[in-house]
Amino acid sequence: MKKTVFLGALTVAGLAAGAAAAGTIDDVKARGKLNCGVTTGLVGFAAPDANGEWSGFDVAVCRAVAAAVLGDATAVEFVPTTGKTRFTALASGEIDMLARNTTWTFSRDVDLKFTFVGVNYYDGQGFMVPKELGVSSAKELDGSTVCIQTGTTTELNLADFFRANNISYEPVPIETNAEAQQQYLAGACDVYTTDASGLAATRATFEAPADHILLPEIVSKEPLGPLVRHGDDEWGDVVRWTLNALITAEELGVTSANIGEMSAAAGNNPEINRLLGTEGNLGEMLGLSADWAKNAIAASGNYGEVFEKNIGEATPIGLARGLNAQWTEGGLIYSPPFR
Amino acid sequence: MSNIAFVRTEMLPEQAPPASAVGLIGWVRANLFSGWFNTLITLATLYVIYAILAAILPWAFSPTVGAGSLAECREILAESGKTGHFAGACWGVITERWQQLMFGFYPNGSDGVSADLRWRPVLAFVLLAVALAPVLFADKVPSKMIWFTAAFPFLYPWLHWGGSIWGPISALLGFVIGWFVFKTAEKVSSSLIGMISGVVAALVWWLTLSGFFSNALNSILPVGIEPVQSRLFGGFMLSVLIGVIAIACSLPLGIVLALGRQSDLLIVKAICVGFIEFIRGVPLITLLFVASTLLNIFLPPGTQFDIILRVLIMVTLFAAAYMAEVIRGGLAALPKGQYEGADSLGLDYWQAQRLIIMPQALKISIPGIVSTFIGVFKDTVLVSVIGLLDPLGLSNGIRADANWNGIVWEIYGFIALMFFVFCFSMSRYSMYLERKLQTGHR
Amino acid sequence: MTTVSDPPKEGFRLSQLIYDTRYRSMTIQIVALIGFLTLIFWLINNTATNLAELGKEPSFRFLSEPAGYDINQRLLDYQSQDTHLRAALIGLLNTLLVAVMGCITATIIGVIVGVLRLSKNWLVSRLMAVYVEMFRNVPVLLWIVFVMAVLIETLPAPRAFRGDNATASMMLNDSVAVTNRGVYVPEPLFSRGLGDIHLLGDSSLRFDVSLDLIAILIVLGLGFFVSHKIKQRADHVQETTGDRPTTWYLRLGVVSLPFIVLLYALGFHLGYPELKGFNFRGGTHMRNSLIALWLALSLYTAAFIAEIVRAGILAISHGQTEAAAALGLRQNRIMNLVVLPQALRVIIPPLISNYLNLTKNSSLAIAVGYMDITGTLGGITLNQTGRELETLLLLMLCYLIISLSISAVMNWYNESVKLRER
Repeated sequence: MKKTVFLGALTVAGLAAGAAAAGTIDDVKARGKLNCGVTTGLVGFAAPDANGEWSGFDVAVCRAVAAAVLGDATAVEFVPTTGKTRFTALASGEIDMLARNTTWTFSRDVDLKFTFVGVNYYDGQGFMVPKELGVSSAKELDGSTVCIQTGTTTELNLADFFRANNISYEPVPIETNAEAQQQYLAGACDVYTTDASGLAATRATFEAPADHILLPEIVSKEPLGPLVRHGDDEWGDVVRWTLNALITAEELGVTSANIGEMSAAAGNNPEINRLLGTEGNLGEMLGLSADWAKNAIAASGNYGEVFEKNIGEATPIGLARGLNAQWTEGGLIYSPPFR
Repeated sequence: MSNIAFVRTEMLPEQAPPASAVGLIGWVRANLFSGWFNTLITLATLYVIYAILAAILPWAFSPTVGAGSLAECREILAESGKTGHFAGACWGVITERWQQLMFGFYPNGSDGVSADLRWRPVLAFVLLAVALAPVLFADKVPSKMIWFTAAFPFLYPWLHWGGSIWGPISALLGFVIGWFVFKTAEKVSSSLIGMISGVVAALVWWLTLSGFFSNALNSILPVGIEPVQSRLFGGFMLSVLIGVIAIACSLPLGIVLALGRQSDLLIVKAICVGFIEFIRGVPLITLLFVASTLLNIFLPPGTQFDIILRVLIMVTLFAAAYMAEVIRGGLAALPKGQYEGADSLGLDYWQAQRLIIMPQALKISIPGIVSTFIGVFKDTVLVSVIGLLDPLGLSNGIRADANWNGIVWEIYGFIALMFFVFCFSMSRYSMYLERKLQTGHR
Repeated sequence: MTTVSDPPKEGFRLSQLIYDTRYRSMTIQIVALIGFLTLIFWLINNTATNLAELGKEPSFRFLSEPAGYDINQRLLDYQSQDTHLRAALIGLLNTLLVAVMGCITATIIGVIVGVLRLSKNWLVSRLMAVYVEMFRNVPVLLWIVFVMAVLIETLPAPRAFRGDNATASMMLNDSVAVTNRGVYVPEPLFSRGLGDIHLLGDSSLRFDVSLDLIAILIVLGLGFFVSHKIKQRADHVQETTGDRPTTWYLRLGVVSLPFIVLLYALGFHLGYPELKGFNFRGGTHMRNSLIALWLALSLYTAAFIAEIVRAGILAISHGQTEAAAALGLRQNRIMNLVVLPQALRVIIPPLISNYLNLTKNSSLAIAVGYMDITGTLGGITLNQTGRELETLLLLMLCYLIISLSISAVMNWYNESVKLRER
């Protein structure tokens, strides 16, 4: 009687079978929308507001790519993914790119067959403990109860760290940051461990942030970055160089405030000119318009602006640039040259 | 003559029973304090109720409806002299987010691109009640209404997803064509061939021709409403949508499975039993994992479904297995005489099913169907595990908002309350139906 | 006058496949089978093509690779260097643990609530009705996270037990600690224990069997066997002489004396939990995740069981009780011989299907971080290896085996108590 609700829905929703053979970039252009995988909610990195507008550090990358490819920073469909669904969503083509605090690891790159196009945040796994515990090093945590956020590499790093130091611990695996925070605050675990950025962000929202300290040990390298499928290098290039454009823009002092003026006509700095398309044909090489980078930067500003707006020291999250400062300022953020 | 009568000639007026046996006091005595044990239990119960209310009420009555963030809530509470972890609820989060919990990200006119479209799911929900009326109150509603019920399965998704009107119409046409082919082929040869060719014709229509048909008509006469991406669906709207579509689709599937399970055809029976037992044997969450990670792999290379559709498929299969068992129960509850009576009238299998068995069996099964629906509706919260934004999934997003980070009870309480209101009224309604439909098969 | 007509020719015509009921069912079955096999082939073919395209060959090799993650709640020994298969096994045992515990408590609570709902005390029956409706009409996932939140927020943290001005203290003479990390209870220890037998060597399925436990079970079993023999003897004496010898002390002694002697021989004592460092050490630790899941599943399922029990009791007509009373049966005999057997016929089938639901609902353990099989095999293992097809197949297979065993029991019971229809 009602079996074709599906078919009706199929037609109505306009879900055509996508031809996987065509390049992702053509798909995105044809669709007029970028499907970007983000987390279901992580303070500062991606969260929807009351109107369903997504914002955050990872979200800004999606918007920049959409602006570069389609010229419209709002032409993004945000697909919330969990730790479990994110890779399948990307592999199956449900999303075009994943910008969801995902660590670049060997096995994900080689075995799961994804291409990490770069690093937008250098993170590492840290520990947070209440000050009253009187702990100053993670090596003093013998016998403690540790809250871990699952679905990431966190639990593996933790097991390795405690094993290497021959310390016993009691792991409490938790799905979401909100639950972990609740357990930690209630004292159901002594330590909360996840990426240091996440810890800082979480601590910032506490009633009394000063009562909690981050331990000096960073037990892992967590380079977080956007990723795409293996085997579609054109698309990988677009995402990679959009990210690089944001980074270079900060390095060269191109901001969302002065970009209109700078891109109006070719200036003195040839690299800025190449970046903004007033000189050379970098956009054409990528298969995009000449002002692709200008659009990407105008979408939510250069790397530094995005950082400051979403997770920087002026926000409640209050992360310092640290490793994520430009290479010229002692950080690791470094973009290959635009030439 | 002494006029002494020992026998009373007129009756004394009836006296009211003692005050302790009637009215409130009598009732209390009879029901609450009818013995020391009962009294003890009553007092213990009263204490439990008091303890629960004393813990919840002061927390719940909290002047924080207008707050814009958790910090603001804390300020308001501190001003009124309440501090600490359980000082009071922060209702501001509900004020700000209740619409999101209801409709997810369904266009509300805030983005400036599309208008406020939330009337569409609301209308669909109201029309659902209208469409159910001819089924549930066949005696009170004009019988013409059944045509609306038949068209509703096409109207319902259309109202949610929007788009061209020709899509659902061409889907509907598939049934018409199938029926037409069946009738013709049945006249020419037998009903078996008719049925097979009818199904094949409908499938051919849906898979190949209907797309062209709707596109062509749409280019000639574009009639439609604004399309909405299924990614924007969320909140209770999503739960209701999944529940309603899954039940509607699983009903015919369940009937077929139940008949297959009852049939004498060994292979058909084995397939049906295998399917039902498999689906009933695994938790819904594993089926949802399949929907989110594997379904695309099972389909031809390059097929792309959006996640809500994949979830709908799996939930429908899940509900169909349960529905099949409910209907099998209905079939089993029919006295054998009904089957034998149908046989003795010379009806063939399908005639007997259509005219005698199914109308009765389905009627008996209605309460079971409603409770399956409640079960499926409750189970829709599991989609939050695979990243869909049902109320529980949205709660994660809300708790990740810097303003509301740290909120726990308010959102859970609100979601629980909404589910309770919906499911409780459904179950009450199904009890009422059960009484009404009771035709004395005892 | 006789007309001889030819008898209809016996022979097979193709049209019989469609018109002749004898063959038609065959035709339908073959069509169905072909359709079904085509569907299966189509799905497998698609899967193979897709996997080849993704460059992932189906293989279960990952099961023998080191898992790399730790599991807190485990019934067998496990380290992070153990294989994924071992992790899955630990998870499976955890699933079974919470399912069995849940079924037992759900039954107890359900029966109590079901009986109380029929109570003549208005307040009690109302309260029970509120309980039943509240739990039945809210999704079990919400209840699980809710119970977990309550446990975390209301119970004291271990640090509240510390120091001179501790705000919390242990219960039952310092033997039980209730914290928001779980409940610590004393554990049985044997100072002169017999040790363990290690089975299956070093493989992923290895497990230890405690000889102490086996010895205790053997002694208890023998005790009960002897006690049963004594009872039979007493019955026999009663039947022949009419007098029943008093045997309860004998039977008690036969069971308990050897048991106590054995415990003494093994050096039985209790290990009490103690606050050391960050946590309580010693004793048995029942983690909050387990308790929350167990409580929520029990309370949720109990609401359904209560309704089943109520319906079962109401289904027995008064006539039955009255007739039994008229036969001169005493009250408890009426219950045992007349009411219960009939009520159980109504109660047991839906009861078992509720057990089935509880077991399946235990897969929601991931919401509270209880590492059941969905959390290990279908959770971290799936995430780390990216083998969706293989892990999900195994996961479903595990649940299917559990469910089919439960429903096999149900079918067997249904067959054995079914009323014979004409």
